[in-house]
Amino acid sequence: MIKFKNVTKIYPANSPDENPITVLEEVSFEVNNGEFVSIVGKSGAGKTTLIKMILGLETPTSGEVIFDGQNISELEGDSLQDLRKRIGGIYQDYRLLENKTVFENVAYILEIEGRNNAEIEVQVPKVLEAIGLHEKINNFPVQLSGGEQQRLAIARAIINHPDVVIADEPTGNLDPYNTYEVISILEKINKVGRTVILATHDKDIVNKLGKRVITIEEGRVIRDEPRGRFII
Amino acid sequence: MENFNRALKFAVKDFYRNKSISISAVFVLTLTILLVTGLFFMHGASSYLINTIQNKIDITAYFEEDAAEQDIISVKNDLQKNFPSIKSVEYVSKEDALNNFLAKHQGDKIFTDALTEVGGNPFLPSLNIITGGDTSQYQQINNALQSNQYSSIIDSVDFSEKKATIDKIFSITRSVNYAGLSIGVILILIALAVVFNTIKLIISGSKEEINTMKLVGASNWFIKAPFIIEGGLFGLVAFIISFLVTVLATFLITGFILVILPGFSLFDYFLSNFFLITLVQLVFGIGLGVVSSLVVVRKYLEV
Repeated sequence: MIKFKNVTKIYPANSPDENPITVLEEVSFEVNNGEFVSIVGKSGAGKTTLIKMILGLETPTSGEVIFDGQNISELEGDSLQDLRKRIGGIYQDYRLLENKTVFENVAYILEIEGRNNAEIEVQVPKVLEAIGLHEKINNFPVQLSGGEQQRLAIARAIINHPDVVIADEPTGNLDPYNTYEVISILEKINKVGRTVILATHDKDIVNKLGKRVITIEEGRVIRDEPRGRFII
Repeated sequence: MENFNRALKFAVKDFYRNKSISISAVFVLTLTILLVTGLFFMHGASSYLINTIQNKIDITAYFEEDAAEQDIISVKNDLQKNFPSIKSVEYVSKEDALNNFLAKHQGDKIFTDALTEVGGNPFLPSLNIITGGDTSQYQQINNALQSNQYSSIIDSVDFSEKKATIDKIFSITRSVNYAGLSIGVILILIALAVVFNTIKLIISGSKEEINTMKLVGASNWFIKAPFIIEGGLFGLVAFIISFLVTVLATFLITGFILVILPGFSLFDYFLSNFFLITLVQLVFGIGLGVVSSLVVVRKYLEV
């Protein structure tokens, strides 16, 4: 489903005195449908750049990132936006729409897909109930706790049944209880057949999951194990 | 259509939810519309003033004492036929000229004594001519009157005596027009810059939100439309406020304007230009709101 083929990303130097920065170097791996893959590494290892490439926010300096047979860096405009609709994103800083209520944040995804209001009125409360936010349906993100905001981000990420859910450090701002909750939800999403890609530097989470782990160090894949552990 | 309704719904909600921002935008747009309206009224008042002054400029052709009235009327008709720019030609007979003089200097002993001394009616029949044009047109009329065709009946034309004054008045009114236009253009440009920057500040506050919308797959149109409609809403509300202020202000200050500019009723001017003023306000309000939003939001869409 997602394939990294010899991907290298080099950021040019900001001034003649500095050297170009290599963030990813000859990265190759493949993620299949329905897999749960943790991408681990220290801060600055290149995890976020890798996630950004899947979303079409960064393009490789060389190599290719393929999503369902399409080279992502060749996509632009509506075709790139269509690809993004197939990916549910969960981020450390939640990336919620602050001016919209809990209901509207989730409904927005269905609205951009052109779903009718009747369907939205049914689907959104269902997902919010499943995620435990149905009582805060008219609240704004600023009125929610960190854990609630992240659950809202998850509700938004799964409302349209995307092919892939990408979680970039989703527990970075959460306490242990909320961390456990978020990871449990991600596991449930995976159990119903969705592909989940989790980028994290949280050792405990990865070790408890017992799923495939791709370890990145200084921009290179140094380990890719089917039931791996966080070892750096 | 459903997409448009959604964009409209987003815009209306944002308009209400971000009250302080909406008020700022509406305030700036209202000031701009009122500035443009004010310039429009200033133009009306200055045109009226210039017109009034120019209408006071005339040249007079004095006829021989024995010129027949029908010959003078014939000259008047020739002038009106050959010079379409002529606003009016007034025939003043010998008797009218004397009566006008007496009425003007009634009770002034010096003038009545002077008239008695001269004896009889010393005035000549004349044509007072006013054109809508500048000095060159008066020059052309003067040339026509001084031609051989009328030399037997015309005694004199006072153009040469008045030429300097006419030149000066037209030069001043031209300068007033240019100055008014330049100041108007400068003020409008300043107002446009203020409106654009206000909208820019408002939308820049939504930069992160726009990035997130792009990230979840919203199309450019879906992101842009609510901002553009919201810009239009700012303009619409600003237009309504400006319109009401204009009606009220013109009604209230008409009396004051009549004192400093007799004959010019601001309220009547507003009523006679009602549709044009309303259209200008509407176009400036909604147009500015929409165009500014469109330009600014496009900048933030390049994610």
